[in-house]
Amino acid sequence: MTVLAVSNLSKRYRRGGKPFAAVDDVSFEIGPAETLALAGPSGSGKSTIARLALRLLEPDAGRIQFEGADFLALSGAALRARRARLQMVFQDPLAAFNPRSIVARVLDDPLRIHGIASRSERPRRIAALLERVGLDAGLAARAIHEISGGQRQRVAIARAIATRPSLIVLDEAVSALDVSVRGQILELLLDLQRQERIAYLFISHDLGVIRAVAHRIVILDAGRVAESGDARTVIASPQSAIGKALVAATPRLNRIKTP
Amino acid sequence: MKRLHRFFQTPEAIAGALILALLVIMALAAPLLFPGDPQAIAGPALLSPFQHWSLPLGTDRLGRDVLAELFHGARTSLAVGLTAAAAALLVGAVVGTMAGFAGGLIDEVLMRITDAFQTVPSFLLALAFVSIVGPSLGVVIAAIALGAWTGPARVARAEVLSIRERDYVAGARVIGMHPLEIAFREVLPNALPPVLALSSVIVAAAILTEAALSFLGLGDPNRVTWGGMIAEGRTVLRTAPFLSIVPGIALVLTVLGVYLAGEGVVESTAVRRSLS
Ligand SMILES: Nc1ncnc2c1ncn2[C@@H]1O[C@H](COP(=O)(O)OP(=O)(O)OP(=O)(O)O)[C@@H](O)[C@H]1O
Ligand SMILES: [Mg+2]
Repeated sequence: MTVLAVSNLSKRYRRGGKPFAAVDDVSFEIGPAETLALAGPSGSGKSTIARLALRLLEPDAGRIQFEGADFLALSGAALRARRARLQMVFQDPLAAFNPRSIVARVLDDPLRIHGIASRSERPRRIAALLERVGLDAGLAARAIHEISGGQRQRVAIARAIATRPSLIVLDEAVSALDVSVRGQILELLLDLQRQERIAYLFISHDLGVIRAVAHRIVILDAGRVAESGDARTVIASPQSAIGKALVAATPRLNRIKTP
Repeated sequence: MKRLHRFFQTPEAIAGALILALLVIMALAAPLLFPGDPQAIAGPALLSPFQHWSLPLGTDRLGRDVLAELFHGARTSLAVGLTAAAAALLVGAVVGTMAGFAGGLIDEVLMRITDAFQTVPSFLLALAFVSIVGPSLGVVIAAIALGAWTGPARVARAEVLSIRERDYVAGARVIGMHPLEIAFREVLPNALPPVLALSSVIVAAAILTEAALSFLGLGDPNRVTWGGMIAEGRTVLRTAPFLSIVPGIALVLTVLGVYLAGEGVVESTAVRRSLS
């Protein structure tokens, strides 16, 4: 049983008139309640893969199976309905929300769009969602720019879980946060995974974080898969040149490894 | 409150606001101060200003009260100017948002239509439209809006093109929001500020266009308009120049007031932006 199966995915852009592959023949699978990390240097195609998997971008080639069905075959209302099961959390929690919105509206939208709760029921659902991600229900009336970055990322997670997804794509979702806040958010994500059996496509350039939360890892280099496997094994002894370089560039990791 | 305070910091903005306030008071007070038909005969014809206490600005060729006409004319100018500008801004914002957000063929078609409207001088467009459909208040408003929506459409499109790449639009798609809801509820409101910055110029132009149409006899015949008053006075320009000068001054002051107040608003929001 896989939640998401991506095979031979390719996406080309033009750079200075010449076509180049941002994503080149990439394949991977994610199972239920599993965390797959995507690592790689800047520009290696991590965000492009995330956007392809979410159908925010159309691939030039390849297949995407989501929950056993051809995800690329969906369009219009069928695609929008399916999106309930496949959510995303962005890197910059301020940019991820309409600057005019308030917390309650952010959480109300998915509940309304997917008909999850009636209008009278929704305020209670919103309060429950806020509490689920460790926030005070009183925050609902606040404007999105009136809460802290950490609180905002919790709201983003609350929005993502509002429709009970089986997979959440996290594109550098903890990179912009303070170290202490980052730990709390990772803890929340692990807790949600244990309880709701959510799978994560976890994009990060921080191998320390990846080792702490991911089961498996795919290392990308210039749009291609350089190596993949069990996260701890690959990080402990990377085989590819890019994998070695990434490990070498993470000093904290080396320090932890020595004793 | 702070914004209001900043708005009233420049003398131009204060002057503009005062003129506009006076105009609004005139428009609102017209039916109270001058009940009855302003086009009815009120006294001897061609009475000069300041001759008779009950007719302070005198009478026109047919003996109609010029002051009453001036007040009722303010109503028409304001109503036409504001409604036409609002219609132009609304149509422009909607067309620009659809073009910018949908992209592709829809964008291409909408922008070609916008081009077509823009190449025809807006006054000729209004003239042609009123001549064909016939003069009435609604037609005049539509005619003016017809030539004024292209500017807002272009500005809205440019703004939407930048906004649609933001993360929160991707976020709205991820939660399954319908594209129309994304365009009009998430994107359009955030694209409005630069579009609304055009409103003072559009209102001023609309008031002038309405006056010009009335001057040519293409205004609503059942309403007093300043353009119509100027046209009326033209036939007796040598003997009673005040008949053209009084509404002319009113027109110039109004356009000036709209423009100054608009500049004040733009300036005070610009200060706010640079502060934040
Ligand atoms: N819309 C686009 N047009 C042209 N090239 C693009 C576009 N989007 C991405 N690219 C290019 O595709 C490549 C992969 O970009 P992508 O954003 O997926 O990298 P990334 O791995 O997420 O990098 P980072 O770690 O910096 O976020 C980069 O070379 C980028 O410049
Ligand atoms: Mg990226």
